[in-house]
Amino acid sequence: MSVQVPTAAPPERRTIFQRGAVGRRAFVCPELDVPAVAAADALPARLLRSEPPRLPEVSEPEIVRHYVGLSKRNFDLDSGFYPLGSCTMKHNPRVHERVAALPGHARLHPLQDPERAQGALELMWRLERALATLAGLPHVSLQPSAGSHGELAGALLTRAFHEDRGQRRNKVLIPDTAHGTNPATVAMAGLQTVTIQTNAAGGVDLEDLRSKVDDDVACLMLTNPNTLGVFDSNITQIARIVHEAGAILYYDGANLNAVMGISRPGDMGFDIVHFNLHKTFTQPHGGGGPGSGPIAVSDRIEPYLMVPRIVRGEDGGFDLSEQSPKSIGRLRGFQGNFGCFVRAYAYICSLGASGLRDASEVAVLNANYMLARLSQHGVAEYLPRAYGDLCMHELVLSGAPLKRDLKVKTLDLAKRLLDYGFHPPTVYFPLLVEEALMLEPTETETKETLDAFADAVAAILAEAVADPEILRQAPHTTPVRRLDEAGAVRSPVLRERLADAPQEPAHAG
Amino acid sequence: MGDASYPADLLYHPEHDWARVEGDQATLGITWYAQDVLGEVVFFEPPTVGTKLTQGEAYAEVESVKAVADVIAPLTGEIVAVNDHLSASPQAINEDPYGAGWLVKVRLDDPSGVESLMDAERYTASLTGARDQT
Repeated sequence: MSVQVPTAAPPERRTIFQRGAVGRRAFVCPELDVPAVAAADALPARLLRSEPPRLPEVSEPEIVRHYVGLSKRNFDLDSGFYPLGSCTMKHNPRVHERVAALPGHARLHPLQDPERAQGALELMWRLERALATLAGLPHVSLQPSAGSHGELAGALLTRAFHEDRGQRRNKVLIPDTAHGTNPATVAMAGLQTVTIQTNAAGGVDLEDLRSKVDDDVACLMLTNPNTLGVFDSNITQIARIVHEAGAILYYDGANLNAVMGISRPGDMGFDIVHFNLHKTFTQPHGGGGPGSGPIAVSDRIEPYLMVPRIVRGEDGGFDLSEQSPKSIGRLRGFQGNFGCFVRAYAYICSLGASGLRDASEVAVLNANYMLARLSQHGVAEYLPRAYGDLCMHELVLSGAPLKRDLKVKTLDLAKRLLDYGFHPPTVYFPLLVEEALMLEPTETETKETLDAFADAVAAILAEAVADPEILRQAPHTTPVRRLDEAGAVRSPVLRERLADAPQEPAHAG
Repeated sequence: MGDASYPADLLYHPEHDWARVEGDQATLGITWYAQDVLGEVVFFEPPTVGTKLTQGEAYAEVESVKAVADVIAPLTGEIVAVNDHLSASPQAINEDPYGAGWLVKVRLDDPSGVESLMDAERYTASLTGARDQT
């Protein structure tokens, strides 16, 4: 008897809809113990389906294997180092999951009466107080669901602030180093972006700022430290210039991991700050959420803050209040992504004020160690640092010499890192650095990991000198190879009809 | 996409745009350097015929896999023709930036505007300087 051993598993392209068999079920509901009601008797005719939905018909093991199989084709922080710049891919302590999974947290219904959700409201209220302390700004709303959503809140609050003073200001100043969400937010809010240049030190060009500030400027959006990993020490001067023009100062908190517990945006003169709880305060993220982007604001912005607000009564009880006549209203249904609040609060409580400061200090130390390692012989010739000798929590290198001398792009280097078991850093951002490579190691990585990454970059550059095709064809070991990104944008395939999908292969999945 | 090239019969603007001037008309596009820095172009929406351009100001956007960039007008004038093929084939901007990848044709308001532009030699020298800074 001979057994045919397959040499390699065929690439799995089936969707969940192409698995299983007609009539197969993962779960069978128990018999009804109440009288059955036909859908037609309970719902208006216009809401009834004319034919049943096409749902996957699969067993539970098929479901589990399908999604575990997909997850194995992904690269995640639990599998390896993920130094994606400006994304703060720090480890999410497992105790946070344990706390978030407590039934009182995980199974709380968003429509629960506040009287019966006192613990949840107290957690949110305490998180608000902690974030207010870290921001140096007294009022907080947890509503926004992402950093960009916090930015939108900031833009709407800015508009409400000026309109309340009888002004319609249309321009928002944004440095050319800003995250792309900043100008996108400005467009969403119906305002116009005016770009501010960066000076030789990597900070805001004050002359350019002065020349562009006028009484049509609503706000300056700033990230400090910025995306070059540079802390702008002119910040009090910048704040004065902006405030003297009657404009608002907005802090993009994406890089808060550099300064947590060390310097406070409120003390720098900012009026509105957003936090990325999913970055700075540990959450599993990078797969599309859920995120959380609370904002903290100054006294002069507070009247416009979103409702409902969490309030504490004289008896110590908590409630949701809509009493705020100048509020911009609601930015979402319900109160926000509560699981993110639980993890962030657990993080703040387990580290405490000094622990948060330690975390930021180690994040900056790790980034500078990485910068020093990547300045070694064999690397710096092809990947020099973009600005300055030191950095904050992230660092930016330029692959311009690599491209010029070896005809190898930063993208090729990034793809090759996947073959070495590392997630590539952010590439081609910030835009003003040619062939940019932007790394944020975070505080949760060991020296051994940082060393292994630096060694891999050096090894890849040696490959680039010896045989650049290795890089140009990379990655070689991933489930899918180099993707046709341009083709995907030029001719996007947004929908695959079941009838057009590849036929199910004969082997069992 | 081939190697860098900067034809001698074109004039160049520091924001990496070229102009081919013929009488009181000019054809405009982005340079080999610009398309190389942008990477693969995925979208270009031409402005409409009749749009006024002002030298040094943005008149269109070009989107690549890396970024969206403003296209700066090297000369002042009014658009008399646009390259409609780029909607379906934006890759022409990468493959043939001085030929099939042209963007617009303009009727010049003031032919003396060309005096502030660079010839191929000066533009190429300016690129070397730009790269040394990084």
